Amino acid sequence: MEISVRKEKNISVVSVTGRMDAVTAPEFEKSLSELMSKGEKKFLVNLAGLEYISSAGLRSILVIAKQSKAGQGEVIFSGLRGPVEEVFKISGFHSIFKIFDSEEAALNQI
Amino acid sequence: MQLLSNIKLPAKIEYLRELISSVSHCAREQGFSPERISEIELAAEEALVNIFNYAYQGNEGDVEVICKLDPQDTLIIEILDSGVPFDMLTLGEPDTTADISERKVGGLGIFLIRKLMDDVQYQHEGPKNVLSLIVNKSKGKE
Repeated sequence: MEISVRKEKNISVVSVTGRMDAVTAPEFEKSLSELMSKGEKKFLVNLAGLEYISSAGLRSILVIAKQSKAGQGEVIFSGLRGPVEEVFKISGFHSIFKIFDSEEAALNQI
Repeated sequence: MQLLSNIKLPAKIEYLRELISSVSHCAREQGFSPERISEIELAAEEALVNIFNYAYQGNEGDVEVICKLDPQDTLIIEILDSGVPFDMLTLGEPDTTADISERKVGGLGIFLIRKLMDDVQYQHEGPKNVLSLIVNKSKGKE
């Protein structure tokens, strides 16, 4: 799993590629947690390059979303595809998060 | 019943990838689609991580992953441990409709296994927990 972060206005755009499983999910949680402790509030997580996610990844996403919400922030998503989109749907994450087709669409909305 | 592969390793997260590759290798050789292989990997990961975290309660132990093909052309992935007897299938389903604040962290692993596999069975055989993930070759689960 690779994580890259760039800033668009006041939004941290976090691109995650590869596999978010029980081995790598803690890395994702740590990266976003550190950004939040530096004062970042709004996150767009681009999952277009993510090939696989397990419940460990969903767990980390939920932990980050709760943390962000508690600090009046927000985490939104873009680019879900294939198995990642399926797992989001089955787990009900589609109804609790704002999810956009593309990064552009998400940035126009946030 | 045809034995396809058998791997036994310490029940630790460091060995997750190796255990999963043995499962994906079997599924690939049996001609499953990349999408179905991803679902099989996911179910296997959920079962394995559960064993890593809970089966040996802080002690060392092994986990064994056996892939078999039955005469009806069904792939059976057996995951065995010798930890505390535990039938993960008795756990309740998580509330997948709760919002971010209400939503409980965790509990999704077993739910995903049930949703993605055609069948899941648990047996306690002698000192072992045996969880069988069952995947039909002829049709995908709708």
